[in-house]
Amino acid sequence: MFNKLRPVWLVAGRELKDQFRDWRVLTPMIILMVCFPFLMNEFAKQTVDFLNQYEANLILDRLVPFSIMIIGFFPITISLVVALEAFVGEKERGTIEPVLSAPLDDWQLYFGKLLVGVATPLAASYLSITLYLIMIVQQGLEIPSFSIMLQLILLTTAHATLMVSAAIVISVQSTSVKAANLLASFIVIPVAILMQGEAVMLFWGNEDVLWLAVAGVMIIALLLIRVGIAHFQREYLLGREIDTINLKWVLNTFWKNFMGGAHSIGEWYRKVLGGAMRRVLPAVLAVTLVAGVSLWMGYDWIMVNVSPVIAKASPERLEKIEESAREMPGLANLQDTINAPFLFMNNTRAVALIFLAGLVSFSVLGVLLYMLNIGLIGGVYALLELLGLQPLPIFLAGVLPHGIFELPALVIGAAVVLYMGVAIVTPQTGKSMGEVIIELFADWTKIFFGLVVPLLAVAAVIEAYITPVLLAGVVK
Amino acid sequence: MIETHDLSKQFHDFMAVDGVNLSVDAGQILALLGQNGAGKTTTVRMLTALLNPTRGWARVAGYDVVKNGHDVRSSVGVLTEQHGLYMRMTAIEYLDYFGQIYNIAPSARKSRSEHLLEYFGLTEAAKRRIGEYSKGMRQKLALARAMMHDPGVLLLDEPTSAMDPESARLVRDEIARLKSSQRTIVICSHNLTEVEALADKIAIIYRGRILLQGTLEELKKNVLGLPEYEVKFTDAWDSSRLELPEGVEILSRTATSLKVRVERPQASNPMILNALSRGSASVMAFQEEARTLEQVYLKVMAEAKGRENVQ
Repeated sequence: MFNKLRPVWLVAGRELKDQFRDWRVLTPMIILMVCFPFLMNEFAKQTVDFLNQYEANLILDRLVPFSIMIIGFFPITISLVVALEAFVGEKERGTIEPVLSAPLDDWQLYFGKLLVGVATPLAASYLSITLYLIMIVQQGLEIPSFSIMLQLILLTTAHATLMVSAAIVISVQSTSVKAANLLASFIVIPVAILMQGEAVMLFWGNEDVLWLAVAGVMIIALLLIRVGIAHFQREYLLGREIDTINLKWVLNTFWKNFMGGAHSIGEWYRKVLGGAMRRVLPAVLAVTLVAGVSLWMGYDWIMVNVSPVIAKASPERLEKIEESAREMPGLANLQDTINAPFLFMNNTRAVALIFLAGLVSFSVLGVLLYMLNIGLIGGVYALLELLGLQPLPIFLAGVLPHGIFELPALVIGAAVVLYMGVAIVTPQTGKSMGEVIIELFADWTKIFFGLVVPLLAVAAVIEAYITPVLLAGVVK
Repeated sequence: MIETHDLSKQFHDFMAVDGVNLSVDAGQILALLGQNGAGKTTTVRMLTALLNPTRGWARVAGYDVVKNGHDVRSSVGVLTEQHGLYMRMTAIEYLDYFGQIYNIAPSARKSRSEHLLEYFGLTEAAKRRIGEYSKGMRQKLALARAMMHDPGVLLLDEPTSAMDPESARLVRDEIARLKSSQRTIVICSHNLTEVEALADKIAIIYRGRILLQGTLEELKKNVLGLPEYEVKFTDAWDSSRLELPEGVEILSRTATSLKVRVERPQASNPMILNALSRGSASVMAFQEEARTLEQVYLKVMAEAKGRENVQ
């Protein structure tokens, strides 16, 4: 094992030496590392003075952890500079070929670059945080608890890993440093949004949710590393010399994959869509299993969290809730307000949203959204049960008729997203990352328009015109 | 040591290398000649297991370039088109880094790098940053890197480019020494004089295809025809009386010179000289008409372009 890892240290060590000899990397890192804690400290002081006037102690409690998070983040922004040019920079300088010609495995080369990309900025980040903590102690302010400090350190580490792993994916796939720098906005903007979300969680004071954020960022970072290694091809680094947007090639590749050589709609459904569905089948089975788990989770969550509330409620209050529940759907007027096109658009948007969320997170967020949708059904079932209504007949009348079409559409929609996520992180020899993504997008388009949309259309018609009638009969 | 069959590489709709068949034994030097973009670098990259062939196969040092890429890379020393040096490193650090990558023991690494630096006259500059080196020094260091692990196969892209004549001579001597120690060497070069001096086999590549390959003599014979010799006399001499052996064709004659084409020079030339001597010709010079690789190359390329224009 040590022998296998030795080349990783070797590549990282050389890069590290190179970094420490490059003033363009060192200077901003030192400035960010040393100056930012002082600036942040001054900002915190001013804020404390201001907030003390209004006795906003809660915000004050959270100001130090927030400052630590920001201080930790700034030095790691330099990691982008280092990581973005990890491969493409060497390619531009002509130093990549001797290294690629050496007996190094792809993963050794990749991890060597990744390690140094994360290590240096992270070291600067930890030093910056330490400096700030020293200032806090000197001012007699309270250091955050061990648990919060651990969260902040892990979060900083997760941010650095996320940014560097994404930057290295870009570096491998780009043909010039300029292109890589332009693509860096795909890292900076989402991470900035993520930081805002984390800051909200921090001020909100919900530590459990912050742990989820740490886990989520780490999972995405690990998936990005997997993507990087899966699509790392020596050939790709050497083969392409210039950046051109070959729209014709993109459209041709997509169309070729979308049509699959079919000559009629029947043949397309039978061979092309059938082939795509066969590829997606394992994912369909997986998300079906996930659906079962989500139903149970939704059911269980309501049972655990809502039943104590109902137990404490007075009989009169319960009677009122039950009454309003019976009238809740406004069944009599349902056909006037909720029509088939509305339902169709709503459900199609939900499946498209699962796709979009999955697209930016290697399927993770897409599957989570899907679980939320399915979990809601379990939750509503539990709620009806807690209210003393008979949920089964209501579900048989109110969900089953259109659910026969809608649920498979949802399951297939989520399955394609899962399949795409898995396919992107799986090595595909002989294909560029662009080709893989176009082929996957073609598969999604086939299944979405060929199967999911028709199923949702049928479901919408049933839900608009048949379900209300059946449901009204059961509820009354 | 190097064998390829139908070796081909296609990038989208561009055929960079098309059906290349090569065979180079240990102790042989093959020179790949061709214009820029002809497919020489792509061929070398496939032989280094950097690019996967679209069609055909290649074996280098007994390893398949697709199945045993790691072993191929361990057995090959590559001098790339761009020298590929890290400018902020010193020469000592650079050679040591690659020595470590090739898993050479520390003591062997030290002695090997010291030897190479001394051989290429870089000892004094060994502790200077590579960024301060001249072009020629960089080229020499890149060559030292390629030889650091004493590989059985060397793939050298323009080994003497940017070098002063003295350094170029040094490199040529080293390549000849490596050849005599049973290394297999492939050189890509535009320096035809150098190729003439070093190569056992020559392959001319054009638009990814090998147009011609063989020894220098074979190439000259195939492209330029039979060797031609010129006899110069000190005084006017009637050469029409001369009895020439079979396989010798007179091309031109003047009072003081005679030009002939000889089918089998080794057998016929002594007979020609005898005949001249018998005829009491006062021979001032008997020499082969200069036929260079450059002539071969230019003719082959002109013919290829001509064929292309016709098509």
